[in-house]
Amino acid sequence: MSTTRLRHARIELALHELRSGAGRALLLLHGLGERSPRALPTHAAAWPGPVFALDFTGHGESGLSVGGGYTAEVLMGDADAALRQLGQATLLGRGLGAYIALLLTGARPASVRGTVLADGLGLAGGGAEAATPSLVYPNPSAVAPPDPFALVELSRDVRPPDYATAFVRQANELSGLERPIAVCCAEKPDWLEAVLREPGVQTASVEDALAYYAKRS
Amino acid sequence: MPESRTPPVRGSARFPKYTRVTLPNSTPGEGESAAAQYPGARAPDRRRTLDSVGIQLAVSEWGDPNAPVIFCSHGGFDFTGTFDVFAPLLAAAGWRVVVWDQRGHGDSDHAPLYSWDADVRDLLNVLDSTTREPAVLLGHSKGGSISTYAIQAAPHRVRAFVNIDGMPSHRPPPDVADHERTKLLATELSGWLDHRRAAGDKVRRADTLAGLADRRGRMNPRLSKEWLRYLVTRGARKDADGWRWKIDPVLRPGGFGPWRAQWSMARLASLPVPLLGLLATENEPMGWDTTPADVKPYLPRHAELVQMQGVGHFIHIEQPERTAKLVLDFLRNAA
Repeated sequence: MSTTRLRHARIELALHELRSGAGRALLLLHGLGERSPRALPTHAAAWPGPVFALDFTGHGESGLSVGGGYTAEVLMGDADAALRQLGQATLLGRGLGAYIALLLTGARPASVRGTVLADGLGLAGGGAEAATPSLVYPNPSAVAPPDPFALVELSRDVRPPDYATAFVRQANELSGLERPIAVCCAEKPDWLEAVLREPGVQTASVEDALAYYAKRS
Repeated sequence: MPESRTPPVRGSARFPKYTRVTLPNSTPGEGESAAAQYPGARAPDRRRTLDSVGIQLAVSEWGDPNAPVIFCSHGGFDFTGTFDVFAPLLAAAGWRVVVWDQRGHGDSDHAPLYSWDADVRDLLNVLDSTTREPAVLLGHSKGGSISTYAIQAAPHRVRAFVNIDGMPSHRPPPDVADHERTKLLATELSGWLDHRRAAGDKVRRADTLAGLADRRGRMNPRLSKEWLRYLVTRGARKDADGWRWKIDPVLRPGGFGPWRAQWSMARLASLPVPLLGLLATENEPMGWDTTPADVKPYLPRHAELVQMQGVGHFIHIEQPERTAKLVLDFLRNAA
């Protein structure tokens, strides 16, 4: 496994190459509190091209923030930094990484060639509506990574269903793919239920979804 | 006047904190000209630096250190110096006025990341570093919104609240066709991501002092040139190639995310402390264009709402004396 260092604003990110090769890359995005796998996961073994995995800010070998400030949109910027490096890619996101993958699919519809959303930590986030305001003070001396601020803040970020579906519509209208998003989740928080009701969203196993996108340019 | 008032809530003495106060007598920020003067403007009486979980915040104070405290939160892309006329007026009336540059703004640290939660946490850390007694919060624009959130998160820390045009309107955006909305969002999203890709290397454009004053004047069309030039000396620094705003170039107006105006507005109704809301009449690019009709359905019974005629979004900067009088009249009864 080789690692490339990328920069997103002031944070240094670690992009791991799990398998080299020619063709379009598969980019793995991990769940909340996780880090990139150190070896190619079996469910991605059939992917015909290179496989990369990104450590989000505050996770794995990527840099930590100071004083928190984590949002899903910032992590979308992390994934966009990887996309810039790779050119085009198909995304496979777990949990929090699935939500980030959805955002990036809508934001960079020409570069993301199919996205697979899978179960993993942090899929639900902070729910569909802003909860009663509260402030949590993570212990800054806790074992890190993952950054304790990331664990708190990214488990509280609100994910309104109509916000999520706006990104699906972006992908539908601008990607040129007939079915740009595949959902492979048992857990279905409100935002994901809404995504499933949109056209252009298919349900499949991870393996079948990857095989589907591998055949499309 | 408020119809009824909730007595101050005394909070518990224990409040989590991971902050420490350092450099209690730090010097004025670079670029702040000792010669900069404007009638009524007065540099802070005291300055200190507060460590807010690793981010150094520049905190300024006016008035008697033993007086009751008003914490003032500036708006997005503003800085402490915008209070240089307003704060001394409150201090002269017997208040200890505490203002800080929010992270990324003014003389505070440029942070790796920015978020609403982080700003609210910084606000409460400034409170912790100053007093354990319930205090008055005053916030302009974004500062009003984060103060609203902070009061809901820690009501025991606050005894009265002044919100200066920080009540975002919940009015829906103009109707546009879905495909047009998609194009608009696509442009906004790619623009934001493109900015993030380049943000690590960005520096703000250098200009002359008069040039920065002109640029600020487009946001504050009713401010005098002298006042604008003074503000530049407080919010910008002088580099070898000219003056540039101190604000972090990573920050960008607008931005996006799942934040909804109505989440703030609807919860005004729950605020348990005396509330004075100030609104403007002149619509401006940085304002929310909120009208009294937008706010009134959400005001608690004890709230007072004043729309100041002929004033734009930057109410206390445009009309510091008039605003201070309204605030002091309100506090005389409320706090």
